[in-house]
Amino acid sequence: MESDTWEPKIVAFLCNWCSYAGADLAGTSRIQYPSNMRVVRVPCSGRIDPLFILASLQKGADGVLVSGCHPGECHYLTGNYSARRKFAVLKSLLEYTGLEEGRVQFSWVSASEGARFAKVVEQVTARIKALGPSKKLVKETPGGSIHVAAHPRD
Amino acid sequence: MSQLTREIREAARKLLRAGQVQVVIGFERGSLPMRSRPCFVRCEEDVDRLVWDGFCETDVARYLPKRKEKAAIVAKGCDSRALVELIKENQVVRDQVVIIGVACKGMIDGSRIEAKMGRGSIVEDDETGEKLILKGADSEEVLDRREFLHVRCKACTHPVPALYDLLVGQPGAEAPKDGFSDVEEFGALDQEARWVYLRDEMSKCIRCYACRNACPLCYCPECFVDGSQPQWVGKSTNLADTMVFHLIRAFHLAGRCVGCGACEHACPVGVDIRKLNRKLQKDMKDLFSHEAGLSLEEVCPLATFRADDPGPPMVDP
Repeated sequence: MESDTWEPKIVAFLCNWCSYAGADLAGTSRIQYPSNMRVVRVPCSGRIDPLFILASLQKGADGVLVSGCHPGECHYLTGNYSARRKFAVLKSLLEYTGLEEGRVQFSWVSASEGARFAKVVEQVTARIKALGPSKKLVKETPGGSIHVAAHPRD
Repeated sequence: MSQLTREIREAARKLLRAGQVQVVIGFERGSLPMRSRPCFVRCEEDVDRLVWDGFCETDVARYLPKRKEKAAIVAKGCDSRALVELIKENQVVRDQVVIIGVACKGMIDGSRIEAKMGRGSIVEDDETGEKLILKGADSEEVLDRREFLHVRCKACTHPVPALYDLLVGQPGAEAPKDGFSDVEEFGALDQEARWVYLRDEMSKCIRCYACRNACPLCYCPECFVDGSQPQWVGKSTNLADTMVFHLIRAFHLAGRCVGCGACEHACPVGVDIRKLNRKLQKDMKDLFSHEAGLSLEEVCPLATFRADDPGPPMVDP
């Protein structure tokens, strides 16, 4: 795993109205960005339960990115405000327990920010690559750890 | 019999006689020394079972949700804070409960006394003022109760109930200010050391859920670990599952945990459960200036927001 060819698997929770559309725009604009991301589309960043994030890490994701609309621009008006409080507390708690800083990252990306989405992915991927494979919280089972479905190119 | 016991019995007798409540929830002597257990008094004849000493550790607020009859409850500072949260969350109707508040002097950690005196060596205990009298088979020792308080009680910032209908006992000297030095100390450790500590603690967990069942604020009809469709968290003692259970449970209590220590007290294997809760208590205070259980009006920080809230560090290229 830790060879030179190791590529992290990153689960990205993107809100339907901004970040997912931003990712879409990055794609339709043919902007290149690392392919380590596995996107899970959620209705709103406020929908994301901390359990989703921990479950991703448990199942072998090396990192998690959560992205939603910029504060004040939520499609549901206040979903991302609630999310912001939740994530501030969660991030602090996870780092307190000794999880590497940067395993779980957050960003705001709007539907018009395709280029910004690509940059976010680049930054997040670089950070998680530097951290190496995630070991803490990964659920080890007798047959080896459970991993998210492999990317076709892996 | 202590003055507090006398006052509690008197209050309970009055309430039952007047028919104001159908049950008084308090403490009685346990069958072993240094163990007082919750008791439910429904008639005047039973009032004399009620006691108050340094071993009334259980958080009795736990017994109030879903109770049909009108109840009186003997509540320490932490019990009353849990009650405030339960009332706020519509689990307890304020008019249905009479709170006999006790100005608490802190509960005694029996395990530390046993460590000093030897397990099972004590056959009787008694308290007068700050003196704790422990009788062995043929010996007697007098200890200062203040030296054997639970860590959480020593650092308790609100020993006097936040909400009560009548108060027994004298509020003592000013309570210490919670500096969260324990959280800061742990946070200052190396990341790996923190992980190793928590990993070792959580590996002790046998997933009996005593912590959850004893917690006054864990009242969900179905806990996230009990769900099986989908099953988010495995039910075995696999470390990753145990970690996730404790992390998410702590998170669900963020801004609600009153620090009563019921979880820790109930844990049969001595997991340092409050390590996570303490961190969240500190964060709630630092980020949102919130302390759980002090006011009936203040909303839990994670149930509300402000436009100018602090957020987590963001990826911002």
